[in-house]
Amino acid sequence: MKRLRDLQVGESLQEVSLPPVSRLDLIKYAGASGDYNPIHTIDEEAEKAGLPGVIAHGMWTMGNLAKLFTPHYEEGFIQDYAVRFKGMVRLHDELILKAVLQDKDTLTFNVDASNQDGKAVIKGQVVMQYHG
Amino acid sequence: MLEDCIGKRSTPVKNAVERGAVKKFAEAIGDDHPIFTDEETGRESRFGVNIAPPTFPRVFDYGTIPDLNLPEKGLIHGEQIYHYERPLRVGEDVYCHAEVKNYYERDGQSGRMAFLQIKRYGNDPAGELIFTEEQVVIITEAVRERMQA
Repeated sequence: MKRLRDLQVGESLQEVSLPPVSRLDLIKYAGASGDYNPIHTIDEEAEKAGLPGVIAHGMWTMGNLAKLFTPHYEEGFIQDYAVRFKGMVRLHDELILKAVLQDKDTLTFNVDASNQDGKAVIKGQVVMQYHG
Repeated sequence: MLEDCIGKRSTPVKNAVERGAVKKFAEAIGDDHPIFTDEETGRESRFGVNIAPPTFPRVFDYGTIPDLNLPEKGLIHGEQIYHYERPLRVGEDVYCHAEVKNYYERDGQSGRMAFLQIKRYGNDPAGELIFTEEQVVIITEAVRERMQA
């Protein structure tokens, strides 16, 4: 694993491919986060809300995306993490998580999670801070 | 319709970064890194203890913002922004509160959309800031009509 200090602009952290999203993933996240909005776990409730079926919690995807940075915890921590939720994540979707260094001085990364069709479902930035 | 709520805030609530809750949360986001759960890894790290994943503050209780009555259904989560002064440590107490930072309405393709910005804070027992979390919630016209009914 390359150290953050050695990364050049345009270089990526180790990409992660998630297994297909399962209902159990979303039930587990509901329990762990306390977000029991039924559009994430119960089909009928999702359909009543005008959705094609249950969708993942946006925060589940955002939580997953942050793990690209966990292996670097001895070098720095996530100081700023901002995302926009751009699209729905449905059951069986296969997400790819990416982080590309955008600015070496501020240690800013462009991050996104995109689905099997190449569409970004969340997009944003992470600013890492070296430990003092 | 929620303009009057701007600036209103909740009374801080004491929360703990519980070991079990961190483990469950790390599992739920598929991050099995030992820095969150393995006590020895935590002890040997620069923090001296395990830490929590950056999106963990989702589990905290931030209290109730007076007069802000949002429906449980129909809200759209548009944006989410975290800022950290340092990582959260397992076992520490965090005092959390929330405030309405902004509210505005704009005409969009599917009617007049409302944007509610809620900012949440986590402070240590001495009052020093650990993190903030900002959330932009989109409220569609249909949902707002139901709220007024």
